[in-house]
Amino acid sequence: MRATAMSARTSPPLGSESNPLRAAIVGSGPSGFYAAEVLLRRPHTRVDMFDALPTPFGLVRSGVAPDHPKLKQVCLVYDRIARSPGFTFLGNVTIGRDLSIAQLRGTYHVVVIACGASTDRRLGIPGEHLPGSHTATEFVGWYNGHPDYQDRKFDFSQAAAVIIGQGNVAADVARILATPVDCLRTTDICEAALAALAESRIRDIYIIGRRGPAQAKFASVELKELGRIRDCVGLCNESDLGLNPASQEELAHPNSDDNRKNVEIFRSFARNVAGPAPRRLHFRFLETPIRINGDSRVTSITLARNDLVGSKFEQVAAATSTSAELACGLVFRSVGYKGVGLQGITFDETSGTIPNAKGRCLDGEKPVSGLYVTGWIKRGATGLIGNNRADSVETVGSIIEDLAVLDPAPKPGAAGLAPALSRDGIRVVSYADWQAIDVSERTRGQPKGKPREKFTRIGEMIAAVDQAEVTQRGGANEEVAEVEP
Amino acid sequence: MTIVVTDNCQLCRFTECVSVCPVECFHCDDRMVYIDNDVCIDCRACIPVCPVKAIFAEEDLSPEQGHWVAVNAEKSRVLPIISEKQDPLPTAEGRRAELGY
Repeated sequence: MRATAMSARTSPPLGSESNPLRAAIVGSGPSGFYAAEVLLRRPHTRVDMFDALPTPFGLVRSGVAPDHPKLKQVCLVYDRIARSPGFTFLGNVTIGRDLSIAQLRGTYHVVVIACGASTDRRLGIPGEHLPGSHTATEFVGWYNGHPDYQDRKFDFSQAAAVIIGQGNVAADVARILATPVDCLRTTDICEAALAALAESRIRDIYIIGRRGPAQAKFASVELKELGRIRDCVGLCNESDLGLNPASQEELAHPNSDDNRKNVEIFRSFARNVAGPAPRRLHFRFLETPIRINGDSRVTSITLARNDLVGSKFEQVAAATSTSAELACGLVFRSVGYKGVGLQGITFDETSGTIPNAKGRCLDGEKPVSGLYVTGWIKRGATGLIGNNRADSVETVGSIIEDLAVLDPAPKPGAAGLAPALSRDGIRVVSYADWQAIDVSERTRGQPKGKPREKFTRIGEMIAAVDQAEVTQRGGANEEVAEVEP
Repeated sequence: MTIVVTDNCQLCRFTECVSVCPVECFHCDDRMVYIDNDVCIDCRACIPVCPVKAIFAEEDLSPEQGHWVAVNAEKSRVLPIISEKQDPLPTAEGRRAELGY
């Protein structure tokens, strides 16, 4: 602490004109942008936001379903934040590979981890790794054009698919599988996904919940949407909709609006008849997968029958000795996202989060000076986009409280990292570069009536930036313009 | 779809809605808050967090509440944005108790 005391005497105050507060934010999804927004309300603050991809906006780009375009308008807010003075985007830089947390801590006064929850929870059952068994993350990332998932193959020649989980991600997976591909053609779903889904022969989609209809996690509006898909019928067994006394009490609670509506919707599904509908969504309850079966690929799944035990709002599924086998060629597990740790930061594997006190990263009981966390990697993978705003307000509140005790020695920020990045040949993508990618994607989408045709490979994104630079130089230089065809 | 604030909101200003709004679409006067549906993205984060259940999707409004769609549109046009959670009004807890929440 001697160095801190020394520099405190010699440095201009932290957050002043000659010693701006320099913050690094790791991740450019909602929680990162809301943290940037609150930080940038303070004068003499600089925010450098890092993302492993050349494209910003995290799950708004690669998670929000293509047929939910209105939600994606939230990007207008992030765009406004990104254009504010003091903000710099450094895309295509992977923290933990291209730069270490230790490097960032040496270069910035504060480092805010906002990298979300990038992987899925496992079922931990035999057969989970068979071909045909997938995570929701892979499928969602694939149809949304995330570069990490473009080599995944999904066998849509199968007649039946099973989705494990009854939350909003499961609803997205079910909807994309069930929706006639013509209804997706004018969304921003990526080209390869559209082509593969156009060949889909899936007829039956089973959506399996461990607990009962009163405990399904769907937002009722999402469930209602599943009942309105063209050429598709929602089905469930009347016998599955009986409610035990504890579930009835849960539904009677004033805060159970969504659950009550869900049960009503399930009742309407129970009255439906399958008829000639080309696709059928079957909602099943009180079942837990215990084994995925098949020799070289998935051919069926074995589901144990559950009982609900416990008091209201604490009911858990307890497997009985009864089980049933359900024939299927595809399994998608959608039982929650999970965070991944970063080297140099204490991580709780069980919850998939970084232990913290109001956003201050903890090492044991003690906060780590200058290191903060926000979003899903802070609180776990729950909540809607806007919940991250409240979360980041809390984290930045802690940063501001701590300003007096942070090391005030001036820090170089991104300028201090430039030599290392250029030595390692890292092509940093700026916000202006992203804007060039954005324009290029929108232009590609236009002839197809799509809001954009996403680039799905990092190489393509970088090429779009290069192309925009060439075009810009060409426009400024007539000689070059003349040799262009 | 349109999300609107209705009369339960009056005299409380808990503004939990504002703290979870991703797009700053709330406006307010001395009595209550209103949603600008030209800005709202229908994420519905505000609906479950309201301590007095004042916020509804249009399709869930009762016929007597239908006029709130127009009220939200008109008021949000002229009133200032609130982008941060406010201190509740002194009448807030009384209001919550009166409504039975």
